[in-house]
Amino acid sequence: MNGKITLAQGSGGKAYRELIQKVFLPAFFNEYLRPLTDSAVCDGGERIAFTTDSYVIKPLFFPGGDIGRLCVCGTVNDLAVSGAIPKYISVGMIIEAGFEVKTLVRIANSIAKAAEEAGVIIVTGDTKVVEGGSADGIFINTAGVGVFTKERPPVEQKVKLKDKIIISGYMASHGMAIMAARMDMEFKPPIESDVAPIISLVDSVIKSGCKINAMRDPTRGGVAATLHEWITPDIDIVIYDEALPVRPDVAAACEILGMDPLYIANEGIMLLSIPECCADLALKSLHSTPGGENAAIIGEVINGSGNIYSITEYGTKRRIIVPEGELLPRIC
Amino acid sequence: MFNIKSSLKIKDIQRKIAELAWGIGKITIMEVCGTHTVSIRKYGIQQLLPGNVRLVSGPGCPVCVTDKRDITLALSIATQEDVIFTCFGDIMRVPCDGRSLYSLYEEGKDIRIVTSPLDALTIAQDNPKKQIVYFGIGFETTAPLTAALIEAAEARGIQNLSVLSAHKTMPQAIIHLLKDDNTIDALICPGHVASIIGAHAFSFVPEKLMKPAVVAGFEAYDIMIALLGIMKMLHDGERKCMNMYPRAVKPQGNKEALSLLYKVFEPCDALWRGMGKIPSSGLKIREYYKKLDALSKFNININDDKFSINISDEKLKDTKVTSDVMRNGQDETNKCICARILCGKNIPPDCPSFGEACTPANPLGACMVSSEGSCAAYYRYSNLLHGDIG
Amino acid sequence: MCLAVPGKIIKIEDGFAEIDYGGISKRVSLRLVENAKIGDYALVHAGFVIQILNLDVACELEKFIKDTVDFTDEDEK
Repeated sequence: MNGKITLAQGSGGKAYRELIQKVFLPAFFNEYLRPLTDSAVCDGGERIAFTTDSYVIKPLFFPGGDIGRLCVCGTVNDLAVSGAIPKYISVGMIIEAGFEVKTLVRIANSIAKAAEEAGVIIVTGDTKVVEGGSADGIFINTAGVGVFTKERPPVEQKVKLKDKIIISGYMASHGMAIMAARMDMEFKPPIESDVAPIISLVDSVIKSGCKINAMRDPTRGGVAATLHEWITPDIDIVIYDEALPVRPDVAAACEILGMDPLYIANEGIMLLSIPECCADLALKSLHSTPGGENAAIIGEVINGSGNIYSITEYGTKRRIIVPEGELLPRIC
Repeated sequence: MFNIKSSLKIKDIQRKIAELAWGIGKITIMEVCGTHTVSIRKYGIQQLLPGNVRLVSGPGCPVCVTDKRDITLALSIATQEDVIFTCFGDIMRVPCDGRSLYSLYEEGKDIRIVTSPLDALTIAQDNPKKQIVYFGIGFETTAPLTAALIEAAEARGIQNLSVLSAHKTMPQAIIHLLKDDNTIDALICPGHVASIIGAHAFSFVPEKLMKPAVVAGFEAYDIMIALLGIMKMLHDGERKCMNMYPRAVKPQGNKEALSLLYKVFEPCDALWRGMGKIPSSGLKIREYYKKLDALSKFNININDDKFSINISDEKLKDTKVTSDVMRNGQDETNKCICARILCGKNIPPDCPSFGEACTPANPLGACMVSSEGSCAAYYRYSNLLHGDIG
Repeated sequence: MCLAVPGKIIKIEDGFAEIDYGGISKRVSLRLVENAKIGDYALVHAGFVIQILNLDVACELEKFIKDTVDFTDEDEK
């Protein structure tokens, strides 16, 4: 199938069926989708995790990923950090009339590949086509369901005194990849996003038997935003500047564009708050899992009064504030 | 490579600074470069200094000192039909009467952040039917880049590009600010401005302002040795301008950049937010390059803090705004003390709006706008933790 | 103001230099400097080399620092 998306393809008629048959089914096909009914009928657990997210990223394709890979990983990772085993996702698309079918196929294939990688099944979906000018190419919403088991209860999501803060890999890669692409920075080689499912990383920590007090994927607002979600009035979170893992190319791009990696989005790492006694075990299991080689203990939770700060390499302190507003590159 | 990370060395320098500072009373040192401000907060330099040595931020952020008149001008041009307005990210959020370039961008106006002036040239070539305007902000470090853009556009005969210059020069402002001052004991001079205009260009600080000065780099180590130089001079009763950033700063600066700068620009009076008009502290585009001057392209008449755009369009009437900015140390709303902060007479927490009505997400004064602005940097890297430091 | 980042010139072509920042490189203009050479360290601001770094002159500065500060033994090699 070639050409451009038309309004008719969103109308529910013949053209719509053709789009589903020729673009989405070949990419997504599975036993749950085969009946093409209104709802998918799936197996669930006693307790489920349920999440949704919308993706409006520009550019649609960027070094290291694209909107398709992102819309799967983003939702799946949200499930994974709750402690659940991600199972099913839905894919809802809002497409602007005039959108290239070829591009749509590329995105659909990327969604399928990411879903396979993450071990989730696309069980339902929806497509709407809007007039040219009412959307910017394509918007995608995904929702996801994960299940909890006895061995996999929900993570409490409460950091505790003396916890160690662990990061599972290099930070700031996704945000800097997107910024470099949007600003046409033409870095050589281009900075690649870290967008990836983190399920195996989560699994490795859980299977190591270590207790997880809190686990998040530090997306928008970066590590700083997650720390601010975790802080309570009776503790301080201390980060060690020198321990923060940043890929050299990302670090250079941050310097050139005047950015602080702590505030930059990630799409393929997680932040954990682990009791002191288990921290080394968690770190060891991450290090032996593909994608977790650069995991590091970056800080700890101490007695305090709701402050988050980092210790610089000179032993001085600087406060880590709540990220505000869209980050803009600076020159001056 | 240039980053000398020996904390041992820093500790030794720190100890020596404390030694030199002992018994010489309260010392106030001003940095006049926003990147210094950011570095000082980022590395917690103030915490490495003895209690009697205080660092304050001067007028070193080009975004902070861009007058509301010039922001209003930029907004007026950016709202014109068929204009693509290009600027650095820093200036996007500068508020002016409830609007900013960012708010226009949110409304769908074609405003593009560039990371080099030459990006504007590419945009102009890619969009022959649009008028591309580049907003030139910055001191002597950045102005030669804008000059290079103008030179290249002229050489290639590009018709659809023009530059709105709000460029400024540093020495005049420092003299204006500190000529009768007795609160500042010494100056940390902007390393990257100096890499263009030369270390000698700051010899007026010891000679005319009677204060010791150092030209400094931007790593923690650079700043610490600069402070060491200052404390040594204060201790010995010397007044010199020491170049503590010789790897990037020559005594005479960068001649190639300077000659291009003055080939394209000539000095003019300029409005500084919080300080008013400072003679010969601005850069305007020379007559020869008039076609590339946005003021001429959009028929803009400027008369001090008022301007008018001569376009016969009803809906643009509201852009004929006069820009009445603070002239007596306080802005028109009396809500922020930008001017006093820029002049180093107060620090950001002294301002009643700081951190409350004025935050990086919703800045009142320009000092909160750029992440290098004194207030934004202070807000971001505030050292006020537990009251045990800084 | 003036965020400028040092890097190494690895290629020169048509008045532009390829600057290696360690991990990534980027093309920047050489319009504002004379006699840039491959292998030089350059200070880059907003897409332009604004100065070629001179790493030799730092000696004098080091001397001042050494003369002023009594460094602890561990630091001296």
